[in-house]
Amino acid sequence: MNIHEYQGKEVLRQYGVAVPRGKVAFTVEEAVAAAKELGGPVQVVKAQIHAGGRGKAGGVKIAKSLDDVANYAKELLGKVLVTHQTGPEGKEVKRLLIEEGCDIKKEYYIGVVVDRATGRVVMMGSEEGGMDIEEVAAHSPEKIIKVVVDPAVGLLPFQARALANDIKIPGPLVGKAVGFMLALYKAFEDKDCSIAEINPLVVTGDGNVMALDAKLNFDSNALFRHKDILELRDLDEEDPKEIQASKFDLSYIALEGNIGCMVNGAGLAMATMDIIKYFGGSPANFLDVGGGATKEKVTEAFKIILSDANVKGIFVNIFGGIMKCDIIAEGVVAAARELGLDRPLVVRLEGTNVAKGKEILNASGLNIVAADSMSDGAQKIVALVK
Amino acid sequence: MSILIDKNTKVITQGITGATGAFHAKGALEYGTQMVGGVTPGKGGQTIDFDLENGKKVTLPIFNSVKEAVAATGATASVIYVAPPFAADSIMEAVDAELDLVICITEGIPVLDMVKVTRYMEGKKTRLIGPNCPGVITPGEIKIGIMPGYIHKKGHVGVVSRSGTLTYEAVHQLTTRGIGQSSAVGIGGDPVKGSEFIDILKLFNEDPDTYAVIMIGEIGGTAEEEAAEWIKANMTKPVVGFIGGATAPAGKRMGHAGAIISGGKGTAAEKIATLEACGVRVAPTPSDMGSTLVAVLEDKGLLEKCKG
Repeated sequence: MNIHEYQGKEVLRQYGVAVPRGKVAFTVEEAVAAAKELGGPVQVVKAQIHAGGRGKAGGVKIAKSLDDVANYAKELLGKVLVTHQTGPEGKEVKRLLIEEGCDIKKEYYIGVVVDRATGRVVMMGSEEGGMDIEEVAAHSPEKIIKVVVDPAVGLLPFQARALANDIKIPGPLVGKAVGFMLALYKAFEDKDCSIAEINPLVVTGDGNVMALDAKLNFDSNALFRHKDILELRDLDEEDPKEIQASKFDLSYIALEGNIGCMVNGAGLAMATMDIIKYFGGSPANFLDVGGGATKEKVTEAFKIILSDANVKGIFVNIFGGIMKCDIIAEGVVAAARELGLDRPLVVRLEGTNVAKGKEILNASGLNIVAADSMSDGAQKIVALVK
Repeated sequence: MSILIDKNTKVITQGITGATGAFHAKGALEYGTQMVGGVTPGKGGQTIDFDLENGKKVTLPIFNSVKEAVAATGATASVIYVAPPFAADSIMEAVDAELDLVICITEGIPVLDMVKVTRYMEGKKTRLIGPNCPGVITPGEIKIGIMPGYIHKKGHVGVVSRSGTLTYEAVHQLTTRGIGQSSAVGIGGDPVKGSEFIDILKLFNEDPDTYAVIMIGEIGGTAEEEAAEWIKANMTKPVVGFIGGATAPAGKRMGHAGAIISGGKGTAAEKIATLEACGVRVAPTPSDMGSTLVAVLEDKGLLEKCKG
């Protein structure tokens, strides 16, 4: 789960991670009031959306007066920002972070992730801050320094000290940088983060080390033990179809294409998207109905797929193991009847009770195209939506 | 022969009184697995009854702890159907009881819990399969997990996969072509897990009854690339591959917590290229896993040995 920058900084502040003073604003008036309260010669007005690349897209403004703050707030609120992470449709700005400006001497990068190769938490640092870390990794991988954390003892001060030295934090500030890193790791571990990225980490003219930006991402498997984090979820930032799907415990991700997919199992669902593409089609979604789907769940899944206006046809691909094909068939028929089937539907059933399932589909009188295999089904649906 | 488990393996179920645990314990018994007991803290001393489809009745003892269960039954393997918040603890309890094999089916364990689990397991004798996996089956002998037993056929092809349903798809394609399996292992879709491809490939390589292997990977991480290099250097048997998720967009999690491409790493294209370069033939679509293996077996003169 993602949260906004201002929320991330709030979480980090609780752990003693140094961040600039700032306040969230939903209106121009709130923005001006926040700037007044912060005081100081310079304020930064930052668009809050769940995507990186905001600076380049014009979502971060430096204000030198309250009038500036008002003007920038007016400009940004309601604006659709298009960054390399939002997709071409962009995201509407509904919240701003008003923050005190600071005198940046140098920018660094600090990131914390779970590294699957070692099965450990890894803290990464680089002296190349403020730019895309993927670019740094591609061009000068030697400038990314990694520290592997032993979960039995956590990040150790000597490790943080070595990292601070390796990324060339000025000597007198190494102590502050170490404190920053230890607090950041503590926050990551306590809150079950999957990513904590500070880009840039800055050293300021007045000798501080702080997080100018903060991107926190949380392990959705662990949210059951973090009610406070769950409250930070911003539904405006999520696809309404994905929200609907999550209510029914369906794993759904909206994509750009026109063939709706309903599959059981994440691996098979991904492979189904692949095979549609292989035969020249384009999937409209990833949808895993899971191993224990009921008739109701299948109906809901169907509704969500059909609510996407881009969907020109549907491919149901089920390998019934624990899940029985007749249950799926009943769900498909019920959903098609309830919603009115106005688009081509190809169904491939295999596995437990497959004969019973096919019989239910045939007897329904609905216009359902049966497929014998994944590739047969994919070719049929691709032909039908052309 | 087979890997990990055979008809002599005695198994206990952790979480046997839960709906899922009880359902699949019954499925295992139906298949002929020596399921010898279960663990549910607080219900030790009770028993649980299963009415099998062949009319047989089986009553299994329930224990408060894995240690007690092992002492009383002589089990060497356990399967875990415990809810995600408590599953990591269940794994570590089984490791502490010095079982040879622990298979964790549970989906949705917090990643940092698994980081602790893998650290705890260092230097211990137990092998962990999973979590978030379908389990392990040696067709005709024993089934531990949630896979449908009847699609399998005893034989000589090893299957190892990160995905459940895609494993069934591969097994089905093999069985319908008359090709049986020595063992099929789902290693699970989570980013931090007990066993990786290489661990299982090693076992298949050493198993005299396995003549070829299908390895099913997906986007995210670099386990497939590492496996490819290992195969090139060590594997004496042909390996056929498939990689799911070629069309998945970057940064999106596709159901499996492990299936997320970030920073251009772990893409399907990269994995397929590495596998091919290391001599692993990769099926172009998930529908071609069986036919690709058949073609490779024919090339190597192994097809007849793998049939029937």
